[in-house]
Amino acid sequence: MARRYLPVAAFAGLIVAIQLATFFTGTAFHLTQLTMTAYYSLVIVGLCMLIGYAGQISLGHAGFFAIGGYVTAFLTTFNLKLHPGVFVSLLSKSGMLVARPDAYGGSLLTVHPWLACAAAILLTVVIAYLVGGPVLKLKGHYLAMATLGFGIIVYRMVLGTGFLGAADGISDVPGFPLPAGLAITGNSSARVSNYYLAWGLVILGMALLLNLVHSRVGRALAAVHGAEDAAGAMGIPTARYKLNTFVLSAVFASLAGVLLTHYNGGIGPSEAGVMKSVRYVAIVAIGGMANLWGALSMSLVLNYLSLRGYFGTYDDAVFGVILLLIMLFAPDGLLRRHLLSDLKRAVSRNPAEEEAS
Amino acid sequence: MTLLSVRGVSKRFGGLQAVNDLSFDVATGSIKALIGPNGAGKTTLFDLISGFLPPDSGEIVFGGAEIHAMSSCEVAVRGMVRTFQHIRLFPKMTVLENIMVGRHVHSRAGFLAGMLNLPFTWGEERRIREKSFEIMELLGIAAHARTEAVRLAYGQQRVVEVGRALACEPKLLLLDEPAAGLNMRETNEMGRLISRIRDMGVTVLLVEHDMSLVMKISDEVVVLSYGQKIAEDRPLAIQKNREVIRVYLGDDQ
Repeated sequence: MARRYLPVAAFAGLIVAIQLATFFTGTAFHLTQLTMTAYYSLVIVGLCMLIGYAGQISLGHAGFFAIGGYVTAFLTTFNLKLHPGVFVSLLSKSGMLVARPDAYGGSLLTVHPWLACAAAILLTVVIAYLVGGPVLKLKGHYLAMATLGFGIIVYRMVLGTGFLGAADGISDVPGFPLPAGLAITGNSSARVSNYYLAWGLVILGMALLLNLVHSRVGRALAAVHGAEDAAGAMGIPTARYKLNTFVLSAVFASLAGVLLTHYNGGIGPSEAGVMKSVRYVAIVAIGGMANLWGALSMSLVLNYLSLRGYFGTYDDAVFGVILLLIMLFAPDGLLRRHLLSDLKRAVSRNPAEEEAS
Repeated sequence: MTLLSVRGVSKRFGGLQAVNDLSFDVATGSIKALIGPNGAGKTTLFDLISGFLPPDSGEIVFGGAEIHAMSSCEVAVRGMVRTFQHIRLFPKMTVLENIMVGRHVHSRAGFLAGMLNLPFTWGEERRIREKSFEIMELLGIAAHARTEAVRLAYGQQRVVEVGRALACEPKLLLLDEPAAGLNMRETNEMGRLISRIRDMGVTVLLVEHDMSLVMKISDEVVVLSYGQKIAEDRPLAIQKNREVIRVYLGDDQ
């Protein structure tokens, strides 16, 4: 038990240390990118569960992120005042709507963010089940291509849909109110609290996934990953377990999409892009696939560097190169034992030896 | 009493009639062996019985229920578990973990219970662990509990696979060539193990090439040739059966 939660506590300590470091060096503006990193990390640990533990690839998780983000963005900005009716007044009476001033001095009547979030997650679950059911019957390259297709569909749909803002996306998304006067918002006055809220959520998500990995279901997933037919012969419902993990990881991605959209105050079609999905997979791969801590730490570093603009205009290219190099030279990821000796062997390996073996 | 009943089962792959109108019964508490030359359809028959392949026609009844339309998973839940001709242990998992997976059908913690680490799962996990150690002690592999299963010697991997199946507490254990790749000493041990499993109350159906093993431990033997049953009898009678001798050794004309 301690072996499972000690790293969680250590990671929480690291998060506090980073915040304190930015405080004492007067670089608190870094917390904005670090908060965004947290939400992307939520996608990545969920995807790590799917790829690394259940052994199923998805190149479409940016699609689920976008579904979450777009549903909440649309519902919390769409002015229901302009569309009065029985349904709207019913929602209004039951307290599910909120009124707020818009940017031009008028007033807006929109769905409450909590309800929007619930709708986003619900829709994600439905879509994930509908897509995952047939798609997870595929294996390897075919599964990768099918999920890639799903990601492309979501991307082209948000890009081509007028009420989702087409190429502009949706802006002016309000903050996400929380108890105790907190809110998920990009206001610089709430920077520190949002940093802790976001990473708190990641830590909670990690604890849940670590529990799952060490449970009966986690063992079953590892068995499905290792020898699917034998797992079935042991009475494990392989198709259902794969599907549940797919949906679980989609919910992680969608929730991240919802909250980051409220944090950023909007969402654009690039969040649904294929390159985002590739980036998520690349980070899971460099973290060592079946290694939640590896994926999380790589996500922290790489997303932060990317969001701070260290990769410049080559942002996507960097992640493509990372994926390529990892697959070629370190298919078990960067964070593992024996890495140095393996690298030495890879470097010193000469063609003659390879021919002999 | 009959535990498993195969009735008129056929399976065709393109132009090959792999199993042709085959019928036999397995009595509760017995050891039954399926033998036959290579390509006789033994493994196909195993796949049909264990739900890996659906039969083209015919019925398979297990414990009073028709199972020929069920998946391997549903069949396992009902108490029929198989091993594989080519060992299919779970890689990157220890011997203990491999055996613990075998307890799947006897435990119930799902996704939510696992993620929330609910208190009822603690006792369940402890019982899974205890039962797994019990099985490893029985098979004499407890010393390797923390070793990655696929790193063990071949013969021990076979024992782990049998242990994993036993962890399911099956009514019927299907063993697909349990002695394949084992040396003589290991084969003898495997034979004793199978007899012990039967004495524990588990019915055993096995496919095996090692005739001395089959003749020593089986109660009854079914002989297949080109997908058809040519004999079904006690081991001693099978050894004297003219048709069986002809199939194995050829005509003397």
